[in-house]
Formats: sequence, structure tokens, C-alpha cells
Amino acid sequence: MAAQAGGESLLRATRSRRGEQVIVLLLKACGAISILTTAGIVAMLFVEAAPFFRQIDPRTFFLGTTWQPFGSNPNNFGVLPLINGTMLVTVVAMVVAVPLGLGAAMYLSDYASQRVRAVLKPTLEVLAGIPTIVLGLFALTFVTPVLRAVVGTDVVGIFNAASAGIVMGIMIIPTIASVAEDSMSAVPSGLRESAYGLGSTKRQVVLKVVFPGALSGIVAAVLLGFGRAIGETMIVVIAAGNLPTITANPFSQIQTMTAYIVQAVGGETPRGTLSYQSIFAVGALLFLLTFALNVAAQRFVRRFREVY
Amino acid sequence: MAVSTPQRSAERATAVLKQAAPSRSLKERIFAGVLFFATIVGVVVLAVLLVDTLLDGLPRLNWQLLTSYQSRFPEQTGVLAGITGTFSLMALVALMAFPLGLGAAIYLEEFAADNRFTRLMEANISNLAGVPSVVYGLLGLSIFVYVFQLGRSLLTGALTLSLLILPVIIVAARESMRAVPRAIRDGGLALGATRWQTVSRQVIPAALPGILTGTILGLSRAIGETAPLLVVGALIGQRGSTAPWEIFDRFSALPIEIYGLIGRPQAGFREAAAPAAIIAMLVLLLLMNSVAILLRNRYARSV
Repeated sequence: MAAQAGGESLLRATRSRRGEQVIVLLLKACGAISILTTAGIVAMLFVEAAPFFRQIDPRTFFLGTTWQPFGSNPNNFGVLPLINGTMLVTVVAMVVAVPLGLGAAMYLSDYASQRVRAVLKPTLEVLAGIPTIVLGLFALTFVTPVLRAVVGTDVVGIFNAASAGIVMGIMIIPTIASVAEDSMSAVPSGLRESAYGLGSTKRQVVLKVVFPGALSGIVAAVLLGFGRAIGETMIVVIAAGNLPTITANPFSQIQTMTAYIVQAVGGETPRGTLSYQSIFAVGALLFLLTFALNVAAQRFVRRFREVY
Repeated sequence: MAVSTPQRSAERATAVLKQAAPSRSLKERIFAGVLFFATIVGVVVLAVLLVDTLLDGLPRLNWQLLTSYQSRFPEQTGVLAGITGTFSLMALVALMAFPLGLGAAIYLEEFAADNRFTRLMEANISNLAGVPSVVYGLLGLSIFVYVFQLGRSLLTGALTLSLLILPVIIVAARESMRAVPRAIRDGGLALGATRWQTVSRQVIPAALPGILTGTILGLSRAIGETAPLLVVGALIGQRGSTAPWEIFDRFSALPIEIYGLIGRPQAGFREAAAPAAIIAMLVLLLLMNSVAILLRNRYARSV
């Protein structure tokens, strides 16, 4: 839709001067940087991770259950513990963020008065702007002690997936709420009014008309939140520990893919070593996962834009 | 705010419905209560987080913390290296990301033909916004540190953060340029100005407050980022300041210093010095966001 503003204008400028063509070319180059960035990300992940897969069998990497990348045993490069850690934290985060985010979206779109909305919405957005290192320290020094007091110190470790996941879930609420609310507000009011006219209560309208009507946007919101949770780094680095394990216990210490990347480069791993290359193999996997989620989310967003 | 008429009438209709006699049934009220609770949880956590940080950090927040370098003793340590590093990064990132982002936005909004290349660029920008920041760190490590041989330097950090916030700036700049009425463009062209003259002298000045707001928001995202800087090799506990022109020196930043403080074994670092430094960082973020909001409110009506 870009060019329409000027391009569809009935007025046509006389042919631009030569200097002007240079300027437009420069502007185009600025725009091309975004494509170069993506190309750069894909190329560097590929180039840096390729030598890793020359030494490590991809089957070992994707199916192996031991991740001990600082030794030299090629059998200890199985990424499953990191995936397990990422998924464990992400599931906790989604259990917190999906109901709260969707509840907030329904409240803001159909229940809140303009005045309440004008206060609550920007306040929620502040949550998304808090640097994640701040949230990480909060998880470690506030949420973890609370969890340990409630559930028991013998059950909950000082570093655990649950408190990182809970704080991450809170952080994701605004992302889910704002995308879901957009699509709920896009449901035509005619649909709401017909339902009211048929005698529905507000709860019935919200649950049986607005929610299904906005479903594609809601799916998009959840996918976007999922992608953010997978890619989130500092909260898990600080609060979830650094122990790659396969476990379903959210109170135990784990390591996520992102936390491994930070841990491994933190030691300034020299270039050319297997550990250095493993960072990029994990990074490539992380990028592919988030990329797929984002593309899928955009599909769904486009769908609700088309319908209404 | 350009609210289209059908939307506005819809809003009015819903407003009327909201005033309609509220259902008194218990189920209805419980449901409304649950939704309100879901909305308020985030706000409550935010409040708890701020109060907790203030209680822990305020007693330790003093001039000494802001004006000295790292020390072995929790009561003598400071985050000066992080403060100078963050301001240097901000200056460099603004210098690089603002013109690039603005240029890209002008191209996409005013000049780009509606073809595949343009659509690719647009899809690209929204995808880039979803790439985890730690992956940008890997990009910086591979391309800037090793391929361009810039080392683990301030310049590498600034370049990495610039790429990270470019989508934010582009999206904001495009939105505020789109809000400039067509008549202004037509007027310029009708008076015989070229496309670029119209854009540079009419559209951009009119859209500038929005563009600046977007840039400031992008910058405030950049200064809170920790992971990409750790990956490109920011130095925790740097014992000297970093000026913006020392672009090939090693560097630190406020979130990096905070990360360093959290990692220390003694509680005095994690439980007093780190929250104090966090307060300093949050105050800086608050200032930047206030400026952004002021800019937006001040000039919102003028277009």
C-alpha cells in the first residue's frame, strides 16, 4: 500500500532530475539493508553451523539425549536436553500468558469503559518494555523465594524452570492481549448486536460470537507469544539455571537453547572449536523455530484482516 | 487519530450496549470479574516488581554507585563503565539507525513500486521484528567481530543494536508518514515541486514528531538489551569509561554491568547493588519514554 499515497495521486511530477534518482537509489539501499540483514542471518548461521554438522552426525544432534558441549566426545552433542528445557519454560509461560492475555483482551475489547481502557492498556504495555534482565532478577530474588515458601524448599530449586516461566508468561501478556484484542475489536458490531437482539447475555456474546469470530487473530496472538517465549534469553539465563537435562519437572534446574548460547560465548569460546560451532547450530535451530512461528502467525493475522 | 466513520459508529453502538442494564445473574458477574482479574494481574505484578526493586535498591543508590568502576567490595562497587558505555552506544546507534531507518521508510512509503521486491522487503521487516535478540548477537559475532574484523568493540555492539531496532524505527516512521494527508503531497506536486522536494520539505517535517517518537522507543529498546551484547563480547566489569569516539575499544553497558552484579556470589552485589543499578536504568528509560510521549502529544494535533 506504500506507494499509493504518492503513486496513485492524479498528479505526476515531471521526470525527476538526475540528482533525485541518486537520492531514490540511496533510499532503496537503506531499505535493502533489511533484506541484507535476513540474508546475513541465514548465511552466517549456515556457514558457521556447517562445519559442526561435518563432525557431528545430524542424527546425534537432533536425537541425542546428552548435551556436554565442552568435552570432546562427539556423542555428547545431543540437543534434546536444550529443546526440553526451552519447551518446559515455554509451556509454563504459555500456561500463564494464554488465559491471562486472552482474558485481558476480552475485557479490554468488550467490557472496559473508554476511561478504564485508556489507563489499563498502556500500563500493560509497560510490562513489555521492561528490560528482560530486570525481569530475570525479579524471578530469581522474588518469585523463586515465594515458590519455595509455598511449594517447599526441598521441591523447588534455587534455579528452576517454573519461576523463569511464570515471569516470562507475565512479560508475554501484553503481546497476546494486544494482538487478540485487535482481532476481537475487528469483529463487526453487527454480529454482536444480532446476538444481543436474540437475547444473549454479554458473556454469551463474548464467548460464542466474539471469540469464535476472532479465532484466527487469537491463534496468531498465541503463536507470536510462543515465538517470543522460545527466543527469550535473560530471564532464563538468570533464573532457570545452566544444567541441560531432560525432565518434565518445572521445579528443577534446566538449560534452554538461548541460555546455552549466552553461556558458551560468555566463556569467549575461540573460533573454530566445536563448542563455537555448536553455538551456531543451536542458534540456527532457534532461528528456524521462531521464524516458522512468525510466518504462521502472520498468515493468521492476514486471515482475520481479510474476513472483516 | 484518523478513526474511520463505520468504526466510530460501531464504537458508539457498543458504548450504548455497555450502558444497557447490566445482567444481574451471578454467572455474568463472575465472568466479568474473572476477565477483570486477568487484566489486572499484569498490572499488579508490574507494581510488585517496581516496589521490590525500589525497596532493595534505593538504600544503595548513591552518587558513588554511579561514579565509580567495579570493585571487589559490594559497598564500593559502581557502574560508571556501564553508564558511559550505554550513552556511547545510544549515540552511535542513533547516528546509524535513524538515517537508515528513515531512508528505508521513505523509500517504502513514498517511492517503492508495488512489486515483488517491495513486498519481499515488507514481509522481511515484520519477520526481522520477530527474530530473537540473541540471534542478532550471533550475527554480530560472526559478521562484525570476525568477517569485518571489528573485534569485540563498541562499534560491533552499536552495529548489532542498530540492526536490532531498525524494524521498530521503520514501522514507526512509515506509520507517521502515512498519517500525513494526501493533500499536502498533491499540493507540493501541483506547485511544480519534484517528488523528492515534496517529500523532504513537506511530508518529512510534518511526520517528524512521529518519526522521532519511534526512534526514541527503538533506542530505549536497545539500551535494555543484554543478550546480544553479551554474545558479541561486551566486557563485564570494564575498568575504564568508553567514549563514543573510542569505537574500537572494548565496552560495557548498564544491563551488562547489572548482569555482572547478579552473577557475583556475595549477596551485597545481587541484592543491593544490582537493584540500585536497575533503578538507574529504569529512570533513564522512563525519561526517554516521557520525551517520546511529550513529542507525540505536543505535535499530534499539528498535522
